Amino acid sequence: MLEVRNLGKRFGGLAAVSDVSTKIETGKVNAIIGPNGAGKTTFFNLLSGVQKPTSGQILLQGRDITGLRADQIAVLGVSRTFQTTVLFNQASVLDNLIVGHRLRTKSGLLDVLIGSSRLKREEQICRDKAHAALEFVGLEKIATRLAADISQEERKRVAFALALATDPQLVLLDEPAGGVNPEETEGLAELIRKMVANGITVCLIEHKMNMIMSLADRIMVLNYGEKIAEGTPAEIRANPAVIDAYLGSEHAGV
Amino acid sequence: MMRLNAKLGWIMLLVLGLVFPFLAGNDYHLTVMSTAYIYVLATLGLNLVTGYTGQYNLAHAGFMAVGAYTVGILTVDYQVPFWIAFVLAGPVAALLGFFIGIVSLRLKGHYFSIFTLCVGYILFLVIEKWESLTHGTVGIIGIPAPSPIGPLTFDSPRALYYLVFFFLVVGLWVMHRIVSSLLGRTFMAIRNGDDLAESLGINLMRNKLLAFMLSVFYAGLAGGLYAGFVRFLGPGIAGVEHTFDMTMYMLVGGIGTLLGPVLGGLTVPWITQTLQWLQEYRFLVFGPILVLLVIFVPHGIVGSFIAWRARKAAQPHGSGHA
Ligand SMILES: Nc1ncnc2c1ncn2[C@@H]1O[C@H](COP(=O)(O)OP(=O)(O)OP(=O)(O)O)[C@@H](O)[C@H]1O
Ligand SMILES: [Mg+2]
Repeated sequence: MLEVRNLGKRFGGLAAVSDVSTKIETGKVNAIIGPNGAGKTTFFNLLSGVQKPTSGQILLQGRDITGLRADQIAVLGVSRTFQTTVLFNQASVLDNLIVGHRLRTKSGLLDVLIGSSRLKREEQICRDKAHAALEFVGLEKIATRLAADISQEERKRVAFALALATDPQLVLLDEPAGGVNPEETEGLAELIRKMVANGITVCLIEHKMNMIMSLADRIMVLNYGEKIAEGTPAEIRANPAVIDAYLGSEHAGV
Repeated sequence: MMRLNAKLGWIMLLVLGLVFPFLAGNDYHLTVMSTAYIYVLATLGLNLVTGYTGQYNLAHAGFMAVGAYTVGILTVDYQVPFWIAFVLAGPVAALLGFFIGIVSLRLKGHYFSIFTLCVGYILFLVIEKWESLTHGTVGIIGIPAPSPIGPLTFDSPRALYYLVFFFLVVGLWVMHRIVSSLLGRTFMAIRNGDDLAESLGINLMRNKLLAFMLSVFYAGLAGGLYAGFVRFLGPGIAGVEHTFDMTMYMLVGGIGTLLGPVLGGLTVPWITQTLQWLQEYRFLVFGPILVLLVIFVPHGIVGSFIAWRARKAAQPHGSGHA
């Protein structure tokens, strides 16, 4: 699905990501773990075009997408969620989601001014997409609820739905289970499996080891911006370099 | 039902606006109201770029002045018929907005506001100092009244009131179209956060620029009306305090709502009028009221009402379903 070659990002003197090469495999759950500040979010920012890499290449299905803007990469089918989900609190959950499919529509100012039939059609498509995405994440019943009034876990699901409404091939999830309780974490893991079962490739960053170990097909470990290990959960668990990186870290054994 | 109520509300406002000249005691009231409408129209524009798109443009009054001076200069110095000059007011402001937007919109958040604050001041200075074009501090005197269109003449305060009212209604209707469409949702996604919007495939620059140009088009149009209504222009109309006034209308009425600028733009001038007897001290009263409002009613009158209604509607057994 996606291949990364010698990717690097420097912030002044700090190498947030350095010389990382890896592959995100189609139809799998690819996980990225590492201590705080290891460069995981920066890695996502590079893949999704939010930040430009200072070195290296990113290939999406063989096509070089290095240096494209985030919106261009989104149109190519890469969608993401953020560590914290910012919703428009004064609007309903459904209203927050309708814009998710905007990138697949073409209506512009002229359509708006003349009230074109294309605009009406596309607005209906976006609305249907939003409903479908809400149903997929199991939140159809709170569609009319004000975004300000939903729980942390529902917020995470809405973020998933927003990413799904863009019709992605690859979804990048940044700490999808951050700040939710263990029971809800299991529910979110279930949802991620469902996404993969529906043909969407997933790459996620997570600190919750139990979740990662049971969910991921492949894990990449970052430490100080460098890839220190990669493999199946069993391989990662047995890897001495990983154990070293996590020793003394607050996340050990979580 | 909710939709119907909203529609009914708008129709009531429309009727109120139409009969106002018959209720108004004298021409002075008509003039105050017409001036308020002109500023509401400009505030609708500011609300699009600030309230809906999240980019606080402090040069807004400067663009209104550009529209006004377009009409003033063309009619007085070049004898261009009023309506031709008037039709150009919006596009000239929007064209200038294109060039200023393309530079300023690269900046985010406060930096954009500070940049546009400077742009607004430069516009003011240009108007004040470029005497051969703008007549400088003397101002432009003797702008012709809007010329008759067929049987319609615009020489009485009442006729001018209806003219201004007409453009306000059209401006509101078009704004309603924009903000309730996919385009409006695109703007709101940008207001919510650049990063998330961009990751949803929204081209930030293109959409911000569009919102900005539409917004200053409204300012230019309002400026053109102002020129035809007041018929005298000075550099003062470009002053940033007018942008602050419009901001106040937005905040009081409800930022990022359609009705907000209307409500704010109509109530605030009347309140300040009635506090006139306090003279300079009136802001001692008005200031604290505004501060309290921003703290306790951050979404303004309309925003708070909409949220309350949405909550009610979301309750499974709420009476909101009536
Ligand atoms: N825009 C930026 N400018 C400068 N330094 C940055 C920037 N973004 C991130 N960094 C630095 O890069 C390093 C990696 O940060 P990053 O957010 O990618 O870590 P992370 O692995 O996601 O951490 P966490 O688990 O806490 O989310 C950190 O040292 C951080 O301070
Ligand atoms: Mg992070």
